[in-house]
Amino acid sequence: MAARYELKMGAATREAFGKALVELGRTDENVVVCDADLSKSTFTHLFGKEFPNRFFSCGIAEANMVSIGAGLAASGKIAFVASFSAFVLNKGFEQLRVNVAYSGVPLKVVGTHSGISIGEDGPSQMSVEDLSLACSLAGFTVLSPADEVAMFALVKAAAYHPGAVFIRAGRVKAPVIYGAEQEFVIGKGIQLTEGNDLTFISTGLLVAECLRAAETLAAEGIAARVIDLHTIKPLDRELIAKAAAETGCIVVAEEHLVDSGLGVRVAQVVGETNPCVMEFHGVQNTYAESGLPEEVMEKYKMTAKDIVVTARKALARKKG
Amino acid sequence: MKKTSDLSELQSIARTVRRDIIEMIGAAKSGHPGGSLSAVEILVTLYFDVLQHDPANPAWPQRDRFILSKGHAAPVLYSVMAEAGYTPKDQLNTLRRIGSIYQGHPDRRFIPALETSTGSLGVGLSVGLGMAEAARLDKSPSRTYVVLGDGEIQEGQIWEAAMYAGFHKVDNICAILDNNRIQLDGWVKDIMGLDPLPEKWASFGWHVIVVDGHDIVALQAAFAEAAATKGKPTILIANTVKGKGVSFMEDNPKYHGVAPTKEEVELALKEIG
Ligand SMILES: Cc1ncc(C[n+]2csc(CCOP(=O)(O)OP(=O)(O)O)c2C)c(N)n1
Ligand SMILES: [Mg+2]
Repeated sequence: MAARYELKMGAATREAFGKALVELGRTDENVVVCDADLSKSTFTHLFGKEFPNRFFSCGIAEANMVSIGAGLAASGKIAFVASFSAFVLNKGFEQLRVNVAYSGVPLKVVGTHSGISIGEDGPSQMSVEDLSLACSLAGFTVLSPADEVAMFALVKAAAYHPGAVFIRAGRVKAPVIYGAEQEFVIGKGIQLTEGNDLTFISTGLLVAECLRAAETLAAEGIAARVIDLHTIKPLDRELIAKAAAETGCIVVAEEHLVDSGLGVRVAQVVGETNPCVMEFHGVQNTYAESGLPEEVMEKYKMTAKDIVVTARKALARKKG
Repeated sequence: MKKTSDLSELQSIARTVRRDIIEMIGAAKSGHPGGSLSAVEILVTLYFDVLQHDPANPAWPQRDRFILSKGHAAPVLYSVMAEAGYTPKDQLNTLRRIGSIYQGHPDRRFIPALETSTGSLGVGLSVGLGMAEAARLDKSPSRTYVVLGDGEIQEGQIWEAAMYAGFHKVDNICAILDNNRIQLDGWVKDIMGLDPLPEKWASFGWHVIVVDGHDIVALQAAFAEAAATKGKPTILIANTVKGKGVSFMEDNPKYHGVAPTKEEVELALKEIG
């Protein structure tokens, strides 16, 4: 039976990122960080304060920052570059492609303020295409931790991962899903609840919404399996194939453009292994707008009750 | 809309705009007061004296173009546009709320009279160049004005645009640099200083005018000089004070992106008068 998840509010994943950097900096002198005039927002200022010599302030010049990061990483440093997802990926994409991915340089790229939950600042600062862009960089590993515990652990794992990594972080506080003892392995998804009626596959902030959606369905006797894919690339094919075979029905939910994010990637694996009913929940073909984070999430249907609607559609199709 | 070159009238509009900025950001509980307040005289002088435009006919092909490239200063633009009659004044305090036309950053989907949506720094000057080139092609008298932040010009694309404008002698564009010396994380000089600014722009082929960005008469003269300058793009390096007009915000990096509290709103409004 599905374990009940008491979801308490935790820190924002961007804050956990900043704290993990400081811990990395304390244990490894080889860790360096680049920032583009958003250090207070990305929490890299914590590292900058403690290790000013290993902190490179690049100004509002993200493309240059990415290439400087590539140079540092190519010289043996464990180099992180950070900004809002929208800026580091969109402005630095050519540099990520040529100086990092194509050149085989193990740079760690962190994009905060992803998705639409940033709220008031609006679409120019939101990122609904970052997973798609990051996944299109050949050889990249792409991570999207759901809570502070996952972020803290995965930043540390990413630091010693041999290849280039993109990590997606959020602005708002995230519900805590994991206990301190949870193990995180890059490339391995985590099944959070048991269930054979359908599977929710999600990432980031929407994992918590899927857990809530599963509870709503559980009250009606529907057992939903919830899987957190904190690694978007490479995908945990085994876990996805198993869920497809055992539940025959998958709903993917993400705070990202629905036609270019996690869902289509999962669909590829399902198609190649055990084809089953699938529905896709995400941001439709649009840019969102300003508003309080919870209002924006509600208007653009990023809440548990919206995911339940999609789940019912999937269940009806499964029944035939 | 009534256009005016009268100093006291323009100063009075500037006062109203400063009040609007404080009230809007106070009501929204988030936003960027510092860089909105530093650009007040620049935008007021443009919208009420310099720009050839007609709020009743925003699509007039021969209008002058205005781009707030530093889009986070949206409140100053919204107040000025509302005051000019483009958008409703009584909705200014819906800034940043869901469904509001007054989005966190200027959003053309909500206000079609905006020439472009901004908020990602570094791109506005290039878009302005496209509009200026279109005007030259159409033999239109339209001029294009682009307001830049001094942190913003750390973006490489700004210098690609600067190079293009100088090389191609785009003399119907006028950039205005809001040189308030502060960016998001602190003082520009501590993050990645850009001095000497006039020399940099001049070496890219621009006519450079250094001006007090809060002195309306000086701004009027500078805009006239820009319009009269042929064969070169012009940039006004407008020396300003971030947070201008509210003592506790002036030259204070904290108020780049922090809204005033209720008490601070009252204090600020009292000071502005
Ligand atoms: C490409 C990009 N990078 C980062 C940001 C985040 N950001 C918003 S305002 C700002 C500082 C801008 O400083 P400046 O241009 O000096 O503006 P002002 O002082 O006039 O407010 C930054 C880094 C952004 N909006 N766009
Ligand atoms: Mg500035």
